[in-house]
This record gives sequence, C-alpha cells and structure tokens, in this order.
Amino acid sequence: MVEPGTSFGQRLKSALGDSFLAAIITFALFSLVLGLRTVDNVTGLTLQPRPMLLAVTVGIVFFGRLLLNLFVWQAQYPLTTPFAKLFTRDPFDTRDMVVLGATALLAGAGLIVAALFNAQAYELIAVAVLVFVGLGLLRRAIGRFCPDLPYGRIFVVGGILFAVFFPLTTFGLEKAFHLGLPLRYWFDLSILVLTYVMLGWGLNIVVGLAGLLDLGYVAFYAVGAYTFALLATHFGLGFWLCLPIAGLAAALWGVILGFPVLRLRGDYLAIVTLAFGEIVRIILLNWTEVTNGPNGISSIPKPTFFGLPFTPFGDGTTFSGFFGIKYDPLQGIIFLYYVILALAFLTNLVTLRLRRLPIGRAWEAMREDEIACRSLGINTTITKLTAFATGAMFGGLAGSFFATRQGFISPESFTFIESAIILAIVVLGGMGSQLGVAIAAVVMVGGFEALRHTEGLQSFFGAGFDPALYRMLLFGLAMVGIMVWRPRGLIASRSPTIELDKAGAISSDLVGQGRA
Amino acid sequence: MKPWEQDPLLTVEHLTMRFGGLVAIDDVSFAVGRQDITALIGPNGAGKTTVFNCITGFYKPTEGMMTLAEPGGTRFYLERLADHDINAEARVARTFQNIRLFPGMTVLENLMVAQHNVLARASGFTIGAILGLGHFARAEKQAVELARHWLERVGLVARADEAAGDLPYGDQRRLEIARAMCTRPLLLCLDEPAAGLNARESDGLNELLYAIREQEKIAIFLIEHDMSVVMRISDHIIVLDYGKKIADGTPEEVRNDPSVIAAYLGVPDEEVEDITSEVRP
Repeated sequence: MVEPGTSFGQRLKSALGDSFLAAIITFALFSLVLGLRTVDNVTGLTLQPRPMLLAVTVGIVFFGRLLLNLFVWQAQYPLTTPFAKLFTRDPFDTRDMVVLGATALLAGAGLIVAALFNAQAYELIAVAVLVFVGLGLLRRAIGRFCPDLPYGRIFVVGGILFAVFFPLTTFGLEKAFHLGLPLRYWFDLSILVLTYVMLGWGLNIVVGLAGLLDLGYVAFYAVGAYTFALLATHFGLGFWLCLPIAGLAAALWGVILGFPVLRLRGDYLAIVTLAFGEIVRIILLNWTEVTNGPNGISSIPKPTFFGLPFTPFGDGTTFSGFFGIKYDPLQGIIFLYYVILALAFLTNLVTLRLRRLPIGRAWEAMREDEIACRSLGINTTITKLTAFATGAMFGGLAGSFFATRQGFISPESFTFIESAIILAIVVLGGMGSQLGVAIAAVVMVGGFEALRHTEGLQSFFGAGFDPALYRMLLFGLAMVGIMVWRPRGLIASRSPTIELDKAGAISSDLVGQGRA
Repeated sequence: MKPWEQDPLLTVEHLTMRFGGLVAIDDVSFAVGRQDITALIGPNGAGKTTVFNCITGFYKPTEGMMTLAEPGGTRFYLERLADHDINAEARVARTFQNIRLFPGMTVLENLMVAQHNVLARASGFTIGAILGLGHFARAEKQAVELARHWLERVGLVARADEAAGDLPYGDQRRLEIARAMCTRPLLLCLDEPAAGLNARESDGLNELLYAIREQEKIAIFLIEHDMSVVMRISDHIIVLDYGKKIADGTPEEVRNDPSVIAAYLGVPDEEVEDITSEVRP
C-alpha cells in the first residue's frame, strides 16, 4: 500500500523503475541458463543461442512485476484484497464484491470460449479460478452460518471415515455398476500414502516429540523389511508372526544406534544418523551371503487372512473359497490396504497415548531443554533410547509391511532420499503434530504421484512434458513456501497433554487465591 | 563450633575445580545446615555458579568430597552420582541463573515433568499404563494435586494452562522454584533467584523462601548478588573471591569482615598508593 495522495504519475514511475530493475536481474541470471544451450554436434559441443526464450522470460518478469506493482503492491486498493478476504472473516464491501463477481464472470466466459475452441489449457485455468473462488465463498458461507462448529474434529473424523470406507465403497460401486474406475491404481497409491503416513508418524516420535534430528530413519525401515523377508524366505514364517519380530529387531537397532550418539545433539546427531542409514544400506548391498546383495530378496509371501491366502484356486482353503465369493485380485490388495491402515492407526494411537504418559512428557521436555530435564532427575540417556527405539519399532513394522506388499526388496529401496522424504513430511506437517504429518504425507506422496497423471499440464508445456521429472523441483518449492509462510510446519500448535480442571467450584476459589 | 556445623545436611570438603590451567574453585570447604537459608556470595567470576554446578552434578569436581546426609542417616557422595541421580536419589533440586523452563509446555506440564520419576514408576515404566494396569490414574491425580499446591504457593494457579514461555519474567522465576519443589527436595539450590525482579517481587520471593523453609523443613542454598536480600534472609553466608573462600559466618560476622569489604569495595586508598609507589618508583 502507498501513502494516500501519491499521484498516478509518481506511482507509475516507481513501478516502472522497480520492474526494470527486476528485468535486468532476470536477464543477468538467465542469460546463461536459458539464453544459451549446448548442443552435441558432429563437430563437438556448440552453443546454440536462444534469444527468444530469454526475451520472453525477461518480458514476463517485467510485465508481471509492473502489473503487481500497479495493482497490488503500490495500489490504494490492492486487487488481491477480496481473494485474501475469502480466507478470513473480514466483511466484504462493494468493491470486493465487484472484483470477485468480475473474476467469476471472466472465468465463466473464458470456460465457454475455451470449450468452443477446444483449448484445454485455458479451460483448465478457468476451472481452477472458478473452483478457487467457489471454495472460498463456500468456506465463508459455512463460517458465517455455523461459526462454532468444531471444524478440526469434523475434518479428522471425516478423514478417518473416508480412510476406513474408501476401498470397500469404491469396490462395491465398481462391482455393482461397472464404472471402469482405475481401482487397482487407486488402492496401490493409497497403500503407498498410508505407508508414508505411518513412517511419518513413527519418525515424528523421534524428531517431533523428542527433538532428535534423525536423517537415517530409512535404516530401521530396511531392518524391518529384511528381517521379515529373511525369516519368511528361509524359515517359512508368516507375516503376522514376523511383524512383531521385525518391530523388535528394528527397536533393537534403534537402541544400538542410540548408544553411541547419546552425547550428540542437533547437526552432529543428524550427521551420525545419516551415516548409520548409509552403513545399513551398504551392508545390505555387500553382505551377499545373507542378503543376496543388489539382487535383493524375491518371492516374499503375502499376508494371509487368519491363515486364508488370497489366491485364485483351492476350495475352502483360500479367502474367496472359504467365504464362497468370486475370486478377485483386488481382494488381496484391499486386505493389504486395511493392514497398513491398522498399522498406521496403531502408530498414531500409541503415540497419542505415550504423549500423555510420563515418558512422552519427558520426550517433549527433553526437546525443550535437556539440561533442565537432568536437573529434575530425568535420566536423559534412557529417555533418548526409548525415543529412538519406539520410533525405530514403527519404522520396522512399516518396513515389514513394505516387504510383504512388494514381494521383492533390494537395497535400492532404502536410499537416503527415502529418509529425506520422511523427514520432509514431518517438517512440512509440523513437528509433533499428528494431523499435520498425515496431511503432509498425503500431499507429498499422493499429490506428486497424481501429478504424473495430469494431462492438463501437457497442453501447457507440450506433449513431451513429464511432470514427474519435476518432482524434486516442486518438492523444493513446497519446502521454501512452507519455510516462508509457516516456518514451524502446516500445523505448528501444540495441544497440552494435561489440563488443570478450572471448571470446578474449588478451582475458582483457587484462582482467587492465586491472584492475591 | 558454629550451629550449621553440627549435623549438617551438606558437607563440602576441599572442593577444587580446574578447567585446564584455570582454577575456578580452589580448595573450598563449607557446611550447609539443615533448615538453614545459606547464601553463597562473591564478586562476578568468583566461582559461585561453578560450586553450584559441582553440587548438582553438572560438573565433575577435580578434587574434593561432597556429602549429603539424609535425616535417616543415609549418606550420598554427590561427586560419585550422575547428575540426574543427584536429584532423583539425593534429592537436591536447583534452578538456573538464566531461567530454564520448558517454554513450549504449559505451566502444569512443567510441574508434571518435575514429578517424572514418581509417575514413571506408577505407570509401570509406560508398559503397565498402556495396558491399563497399575494405579497410574491415581498417581497422576496426586501429582496434579502437588502441582496445584505449588501453583497456589507461587500464585500461578490462574495461569496453569498457559505456555510457560508466555509468562512474565517474575512469574517464570517463581515457576522454576515451584518446579524444583515438585521434585520434593531436601536441599533447594537457587542460582540468583532475585535477579531481574523489582523490589516488590523480591520481597515476595523472600516470603516464599521463608515459607518453604518453615513449612517444608528443607535447606535452601542460594547464590545472590542483591546484598539487601542476602543480609535479610540468610542464616549463614559464605563468601567466595577468585575461587577461594574468604569468609564464612552469620550475616553480622560477614558484614564486618575486612577481607569481604576489601573484595567487594576494593582495598583502602593507602594500600593502592603503596602499590603504585612500588610499581612506579
């Protein structure tokens, strides 16, 4: 916003100056990056100048910044105000209504024109604008008419109900109406998302609650996966028997890692855990006699439903045969979905319970101030080890699920990037917040996976555009965005683990005394 | 024999702490009487906080012996205990010069963390409580009652559910004392409890310390700069300068001790003249 009374000439001048400066910086930055391209010719590498691309980029920056300057940053009435107001409770005035109405009309008209000329890209933009305005208005309407609804709780309960009923409902619909839904893909994707939700919740114990930065969490995932795979392939043990063993093995490794790093904090701890993750992967890669090295372990058995396998043949001894229903390969996948859903819920429930127990409070206190903890008689060594072991145990459980789902594991699956993704989920979600971590996992894993299948983007960037290649770029942008706007994660608030009951009659007396 | 030397709670003998070549504490011995308010004073850098850190286990002393004798006769040799055991076993609680609360946790949670060991045992070391065994609910209720008691004593009941970091400075100081008291100590070590408090708050602190001593029957050992506070509330004062003990006695004795006056106010003018004449003949 500018001082009132500045003339339009002055504003235009300063806006032009600012945009010109931005254009120069863009030119300097991109003259080599975009302006020149090395081409591998018969004669060797040659430089191919791309002046048009550079000019367009600089032009976009210049005019974009000019428009922003004139209508948003230096305007008496920033054009973005009504859009920002969609997400607050401030009242709208006439100007806001006019801007919103005009935007909606323009988008609607654009949609019709784009549909007439079959221009998919513009259709997509128009729909996005309409959806944005529509959602904002809907949100305001709900907030206006029922302001006291417990939105957080509705969201959580809705999410849980959706997670519980999603596969059965879609499966039933598909069977009843033959809609041709890509169910197999949906279920695989949701299993993947749930695995990361579980890993995020597991790491949240170590990083979010105990405040120990762990960059090698994937090591415990690997320990769990290999424990199950080796026990199953060598000794023929089933998934349900191996699951707790894998969890315990991972917890044991958590303690083994914990011991040497007890004295370390912050960056130093991060480096050692990073190294631990790599050590585990390299051992798996090179200890060929046991782990079969880079070839991995294959034909890992699937879990059974109380002893009934999900296979097509065999009356009465398979799931479909026993219940007398028609065999469908999706049954096994739906079962896997419920297994990981149950494991994720277990992780969450245990974490929520632990937070309200002395050990959980000690973890959080240790995150807040380790020295104060020691002065209060808390053995920080044991407290740290329990945090490592508990987090590792859930990593191990998730790992053994991963092994049984894939049917094949190799050290390839346990690289550092996995640790980084899990840590990013925890950091983006908000350290210590269970809901935030779940949302972040859905967005990061599900959102990027969905990106792979967005046809609309190809109509912008040409047929050869593969959004999945830009995954890491978007990942980084999301990180930067979160760090700028929500530096402590999506959900940064912490709910107390215990409250002093202030409603009772005695307490109000106490309050009076407290103030005296 | 002075009153605090008969059956003292804490006996410190020949305590020496060296950091490389620097001798922070040099052969200091003293006793802290049961139910006394004992003050440790001295100019900046005299080694007061180092003595505290040795007693509470944050430093391992280079030499010396620190014995805490419980009323029942059990003796703890503090230099042999791990820092958390000094609180958990020997029941020595402390506060810090620069307040160390758990700022992101509520006031009540701060006091619950202080009762960790009691609660952890009651929760059957977590496993029992997860399985619903044991008497954790009752123990937690008792812990909340103890916390409420101390919140009343320091006047913070109304703010029990606020984040500790949101409290004003004076409240944080008092909360830290309440948190230390929730560990049920025999010896309460306070590192500059009155620092940064205004005159009214500082009077309130004196009353609180008196009340703790009278009602809980415990010893208070404090570092303090504010002489008016020290002289008014202490039963026994120990003065350190450059890591050495230069005086030890009642407030009256210490106030008139020439070496204490010299340490605090500098040496008399004649001596300064003597020294200058020696340096520049």
